[in-house]
Amino acid sequence: MLIKTIFSGFGGQGVIMMGYLLATAGMIEGKNVTCLPSYGAEVRGGTANCTVVVSSEEIASPVASEPEYAVLMNNPSLIRFQNQVQSGGTVFLNSSLIEDRPIRGDLVIYEVPLNDLIKQLSENRGANVVMLGAFIKKSGLVTPETMIRVLKDTFSGKNPAVFKSNRSALMLGYEYLK
Amino acid sequence: MKKVFGRPKSLKATPFHYCPGCGHSIIHRLIGEVIDEMNLQEKIIGVPPAGCAVLAYNYFDIDMGEASHGRAAAVATGFKRVLPDRIVFTYQGDGDMAAIGTAESIHAAARGENITTIFVNNGVYGMTGGQMAPTTILGQNTTTSPRGRKEKTEGFPINLSEMLAIARGSSYIERTAVNTPANILKTKKAIAKAFRLQMQGYGFTLVEILSACPTNWKMDPVKSSKWIDEVMTSHFPLGVLKDNSGDKKDAH
Amino acid sequence: MPKVLMRGNHVVGEAAIRAGCRYYFGYPITPQNEIPEYMSEKLPEAEGGVFIQAESEIASVHMVIGASMAGGRVMTSSSGPGISLKQEGISFLCALELPAVIVNMSRGGPGLGNIAPSQSDYFQATRGGGHGDYRTIVFGPNSCQELADLTYEGFNLADKYRTPVLVLGDGMLGQMMEPVELPQEIPLKKLPAKDWALTGAKGRASRFIRSLILDPIKEEEHNWKLMRKYEKITREEVRWETYFADDAKMMVIAFGIAARIAKGAIKRLREEGVKVGLLRPITLWPFPFKAIKEISKKVKHFFVFEMNMGQMLEDVKLGLEGNGEVHFYGRPGGVILTPLEIARVISSQYYQKRLG
Repeated sequence: MLIKTIFSGFGGQGVIMMGYLLATAGMIEGKNVTCLPSYGAEVRGGTANCTVVVSSEEIASPVASEPEYAVLMNNPSLIRFQNQVQSGGTVFLNSSLIEDRPIRGDLVIYEVPLNDLIKQLSENRGANVVMLGAFIKKSGLVTPETMIRVLKDTFSGKNPAVFKSNRSALMLGYEYLK
Repeated sequence: MKKVFGRPKSLKATPFHYCPGCGHSIIHRLIGEVIDEMNLQEKIIGVPPAGCAVLAYNYFDIDMGEASHGRAAAVATGFKRVLPDRIVFTYQGDGDMAAIGTAESIHAAARGENITTIFVNNGVYGMTGGQMAPTTILGQNTTTSPRGRKEKTEGFPINLSEMLAIARGSSYIERTAVNTPANILKTKKAIAKAFRLQMQGYGFTLVEILSACPTNWKMDPVKSSKWIDEVMTSHFPLGVLKDNSGDKKDAH
Repeated sequence: MPKVLMRGNHVVGEAAIRAGCRYYFGYPITPQNEIPEYMSEKLPEAEGGVFIQAESEIASVHMVIGASMAGGRVMTSSSGPGISLKQEGISFLCALELPAVIVNMSRGGPGLGNIAPSQSDYFQATRGGGHGDYRTIVFGPNSCQELADLTYEGFNLADKYRTPVLVLGDGMLGQMMEPVELPQEIPLKKLPAKDWALTGAKGRASRFIRSLILDPIKEEEHNWKLMRKYEKITREEVRWETYFADDAKMMVIAFGIAARIAKGAIKRLREEGVKVGLLRPITLWPFPFKAIKEISKKVKHFFVFEMNMGQMLEDVKLGLEGNGEVHFYGRPGGVILTPLEIARVISSQYYQKRLG
């Protein structure tokens, strides 16, 4: 098993954090992981992305030329990555911001209206973690229990409330996709 | 019989190799005397330059670590940050300090690095054979300004000490000379003051010393000493350029 | 110790601190900026820790010289163009016999090039790069774990031999995150004593450290002394690993990230019955010449893969001494191949040579 995922969106939408959380959860579950964020001039001017590989074997390259999954948070990301996803791969779309749809017919598409969903959260934020919840539900790459543990390790240091709101966001996304 | 004059104990019993009339020997001796009088031999570290004084470690009986050309302020920064309770000084010529090492000098001063720089200005590259220095004055002949330095072609000389005095991190900057007994005494006091302020944590201190290079100036030592007074000081005026110590004017 | 997910550049910083490095001097350049950023955050919290963002790479390497003379464990880092500027100081570190660790997260070149991962600084790292007759130990890590282990070990070797150690990574290694088991922190008290350091001549004779040796006979002696040291390093510190070497009909030779990608390719090819193996130099200097010569007794076909125009290739040919045929495949400029792509190139060579 070797699964590659690209997370992409505007800088500030938390795509690097999504990659970090997924890779950490994979690590905790004893899998091999790599996480390669975009950097430098590439991220100036808006679009950031992050590639995560989760594997039962040693990972040769952290670069994903043909990812199984793409998690796309804005329209430029859809334009850039829709044709890179493997045939039969899966795309998660932030349907609140992305009006277009992939023209390919060989992809599984999940639409997640993040802006509407986060209105159900107390602080109206955490769209990236909502999306991550939806992503782990359908990809099954890591369990929600592991991801909750990662959220706890990552966010409860400063303020326990931050962890709790992230946990709510995760479960909101997890339960949104049936 | 009582001995009234001898070699400072922080200088080794090695005869100087410097040319007759050169200011380096006098300046070495002054630093040695100050080290002895302030009892610093066991806690001072010197950073000699590339240039005529490159062999300074043959003369000083203190710990010394060589820097490449222009980098003394950076090397001294490394020393001081590892050993903040030692006294660290650089000994640099004008080419070293004001040409190739301008960036290191300015930024050490700007950071307020708590080190002392002894800046020996003789207006030429002495060791390499008398080429034009950043401090060569207009009209001065050197082996690379054989028609005399002109502002149109060679540009103006640089007054680095004045520039460093603007830096907020510098605390004490004085320009002296070693061409007369009175100036020699003033130089010694300035060196002692710079070391004292460093010990008190004032930040960057610098003593610029106008020093003769009779060999490359093609003058005898007496004429060289006069030339410092008559010509060089009009471009590089002597005196205190900056003093944040709160000492009374000219007090050492 | 549990693993942590860390970015390569952060791994370098943390491993250095755990090795007792308390002094870091640097200057920003992509793709290694997370090293100075990490050090600026962590060093002031560590006992006696000092971080300075210098005015230039030149100044930073000379601050390293001062701190090393004073006896500290000290590091600087940069990428290609900045390492070019540090060459003056690296030559001096070797001449003055000073320990230090220098990290190069290399990028595409020459000139400003780009910030993509490239292996174009192999010559600069292994051939000296600065002036004079000298060598530096060069590590070529291929994972965040090796970045941790080799940076840490670099400080020990630097002190042991009184010589600078280069860690040659690349933009990808610096930026990627991987699970890492961090090395144990050394208490400062347990660091090796340096009876040569300049600390002020208290209770001992004064001493000096210099590289100016005007007498050619003495300079020659100094050069021979360095040479003996380099020979000892060559005997004792060569590191490499092999993968599927036993029955290989063709050996791929690659280092760093390229070796990692090649390994993925070889794994695929083995599943198809293609008998290829991998030799990965871990020390780029000293280079595993003997290992290559040994393999050339059994294998006659070699495939060198580098993310440059063919630099380590010269060392491979030196090691083979004419035994065996070498095919080179290089991708300069920061292009990253996938394991599948490189597998296709390897297998095409394999079948052209009628090895299968």
